Amino acid sequence: MRHLLSTKNLSRDEAILLLDIAEDMSDTQLREVKKLPTLRGKTVVNLFFEDSTRTRVSFEAAAKRLSADVINFSAKGSSVSKGESLKDTAQTLAAIGADGVIIRHAASGAPQRLAESRWIDAGILNAGDGTHEHPTQALLDAFTMRRRIHGDASRGKDLDGISVAIVGDITHSRVARSNLWLLRTLGAHVTFVAPATLIPFGAAEWPATISYDLDQTLSEGRPDVVMLLRIQAERMDAAFFPNEREYSRWWGLDDERFAAMRSDSIVMHPGPMNRGLEISSTAADSAQSTVLEQVTNGVSVRMAALYMLLAGEREGA
Amino acid sequence: MIDTILITGATLPGGSQSDILVAGGVIRELGSIAAPAGSRRIDAAGLVALPGLVDLHTHLREPGFEQSETVLTGSQAAAAGGFTSIFAMANTLPVADTAGVVEQVLSLGQQAGYATVRPIGAVTRGLLGEQLSEIGAMAHSRAAVRVFSDDGKCVHDSLLMRRALEYVSSFDGVIAQHAQDPRLTEAAQMNEGSLSSELGLKGWPAVAEESIIARDVLLAEHVGARLHICHLSTAGSVEVIRWAKARGIRVTAEATPHHLLLTEDLVRSYDARYKVNPPLRRDEDVLALRAAIADGTIDIIATDHAPHPSESKECEWDSAAFGMVGLESALSVVQTALVDTNLVGWNDVARLLSATPAAIGGLIGAGAIRAGAAADITLHDPSTSSVFDVTDLAGKSVNSPYLGRQLSGSVRYTLHNGYLTLDDGLVVPAEVVAASARAGSQMEMGE
Amino acid sequence: MSTRVVLQQADITRALTRISHEILESNRGTDNLVILGIPTRGVLLGQRIAGIIQGIEPTERQLVGQIDVTMYRDDLASHPTRTSSPTDIPVGGIEGATIVLVDDVLYSGRTIRAALDALADFGRPRAVRLAALIDRGHRELPIRADFIGKNLPSAVSERINVRLQELDGVDEVTIDS
Ligand SMILES: [Zn+2]
Repeated sequence: MRHLLSTKNLSRDEAILLLDIAEDMSDTQLREVKKLPTLRGKTVVNLFFEDSTRTRVSFEAAAKRLSADVINFSAKGSSVSKGESLKDTAQTLAAIGADGVIIRHAASGAPQRLAESRWIDAGILNAGDGTHEHPTQALLDAFTMRRRIHGDASRGKDLDGISVAIVGDITHSRVARSNLWLLRTLGAHVTFVAPATLIPFGAAEWPATISYDLDQTLSEGRPDVVMLLRIQAERMDAAFFPNEREYSRWWGLDDERFAAMRSDSIVMHPGPMNRGLEISSTAADSAQSTVLEQVTNGVSVRMAALYMLLAGEREGA
Repeated sequence: MIDTILITGATLPGGSQSDILVAGGVIRELGSIAAPAGSRRIDAAGLVALPGLVDLHTHLREPGFEQSETVLTGSQAAAAGGFTSIFAMANTLPVADTAGVVEQVLSLGQQAGYATVRPIGAVTRGLLGEQLSEIGAMAHSRAAVRVFSDDGKCVHDSLLMRRALEYVSSFDGVIAQHAQDPRLTEAAQMNEGSLSSELGLKGWPAVAEESIIARDVLLAEHVGARLHICHLSTAGSVEVIRWAKARGIRVTAEATPHHLLLTEDLVRSYDARYKVNPPLRRDEDVLALRAAIADGTIDIIATDHAPHPSESKECEWDSAAFGMVGLESALSVVQTALVDTNLVGWNDVARLLSATPAAIGGLIGAGAIRAGAAADITLHDPSTSSVFDVTDLAGKSVNSPYLGRQLSGSVRYTLHNGYLTLDDGLVVPAEVVAASARAGSQMEMGE
Repeated sequence: MSTRVVLQQADITRALTRISHEILESNRGTDNLVILGIPTRGVLLGQRIAGIIQGIEPTERQLVGQIDVTMYRDDLASHPTRTSSPTDIPVGGIEGATIVLVDDVLYSGRTIRAALDALADFGRPRAVRLAALIDRGHRELPIRADFIGKNLPSAVSERINVRLQELDGVDEVTIDS
């Protein structure tokens, strides 16, 4: 795999292979010696144009456990915030000898732009771009679902027939998009649940069921997985919904809704959570919640992604 | 300097063959003509002779943004594309909202000599949409401005738009509206639809254009004024214009070559060469625009030539500038989109790209190949098909969406006021053109 | 290209039986013995050897596991991306154990080097031995096998294929030249 920019272009076989390698990586993370020599001598740059300590640390741990040299290039306070262009930054990283660039950027498509430009030859890994995609988050979510459902027999399995409700600000969520494409590829059924303002324009053409009613989705759909997305307060200012109280009343996973869920269903959240807004503490801290597993699995999945991108012979080089 | 040019065997827009004798800056004779002594002969067998093309919508960037384009380089691009008259948009720095700026642009155009450069005046001061600019002063200046536009921005205040329409009607001016509801397009990046949602780029809804056009045709009807709508991009806009024309409202409409050929799918590349205002739309919009050209609902084609330096395009999509250069490629794109598809003939091309834009812009004497008219002639070879290349560009900027794309036809010769500005596909050097222009204006004064 | 069968099912079974006996003999029984197959076919061979040993000297203890060496290879960058396999170390680990690594073909020795590195991350065995069904020569590292099914001197241009019933539907070793 040359780059990992989106889940849309991942085939079922590629996705399962990546998840399977992540299983092997996950096994190594249970050992006393967690570090593998796999990417020794490779240089991986964490190029973060947006603050996200959680994601950066997860990638850093993944790269270091594969023995790569990691350079953290935070765009805040650097030449980038003083107007240096993406192109100049990329050429600088190329000159440093970066083999892989993990990029987080507020502009959708910035990772693809890097990958398809001639500015830099490194493998590009999208760590979240604008409202476009966040492929490793979707992969770790799928990994987490597969483990909960298939346990030790996960290797080689897809998510055929699994129903997943993704609830919240779909419009601005790269996690929702990446999850939709990947979950569909793996055979799962996706329902987006949100007020119409937070459903992307034209999403009716997407392979997802659209619901404006969380209660109906929970009671009639009985989903295997309910994934809550973070609601950002600034959305209220732009008239996406009137206020927090109204949002959590209709679209939050409160105690009552959680109690009505199937006891074997899974509650997911990519974090950071707004407890009491999109998810209640009871739900977040329950045995059904995978919030912390998702963080743990994130490292294994990112190790697998880095391995796929950087270990083998360079494609097309 | 060769004053007399005989073009032989050209195909006129109507389809007939003719020689064309040009001397003293004007077309002397059509028909079968023997070469006068000392004349330059251009063999135009197989070439279509069109009246010099007129672009009602060009951004020349000077004054203020000379790193992107100047009046000189922009008019060289015009010559390369077969244009002999270009209307320069007002969004320069300073904005063309006073007689001083429009006269400066006029002079620069005359000095360069590649084309008639007609400045467009801003509707509102500084394009801020708050107060009317010095419309009367610009109209009565040496530049004799007849077209007013805040292009790049929409005159969105309804009252201001009404006043502007009324005010310019006093001297048969016209407001060219850039129809874009600003609130509906805040931070918008591409056509709004499932693709914009998939790509995570903020949507630019069709209704943001259509609602402004609907309002403005009603305003034009109400005050009895003339209105021109820039760069229609949606099927809905076409419907509104069709309705307005059926009601007898005095509205004219324009489409750009790129909106007739390219669609939003190109944005999948996140290559900012495809970022333009208004955005590239869907297939059905392209087809509706083509049909509207064929049935006359859309009156003209204008390039919206918008040069930008490479750093404004070699970046993330969100930070990239809107706009694409279009003068050099316009006729080839029109042939590819409309002629090769049998929607229009060369007679229609002459109307869409010369006669009607000249009429809307108040350009007297332009738009026809006839004896006695100024010798503005474009000789186009429709038989070629080639990959559009950066060497086909003659302006300062290379932000063309057609680079690497197969296009039909190529402009071989451009004559402006009887002298060549494009000679066998090559732009004639600036000093030669400037000298021809000086000679021509002295002769005019002598007569 | 010509293909020649060098070992048939009976030959393979005989070789594995002999190797099993040799392992038992050198280890003086099954005490502290851990057999680790190297994916893919080494794992199957390891399981067969463990089965034979269980037949000779039964033990309650899990004798056999597998160790994936993909992440430890030094030649990753010169091949298309390799797929990893699970690692399964028998309960009790490898500390103080006598490990017998099992691979199908011993060639450059680089796989075994990677396996030794991988082992080191699990602990410190008392001794590490190597069993291979085929030793085809051309070593690039100072590594040798303790238990060999068959020495098969070969040219570098030749290709040796080990096929096993569990995976390939047939037990045979062939050589393409
Ligand atoms: Zn405009």
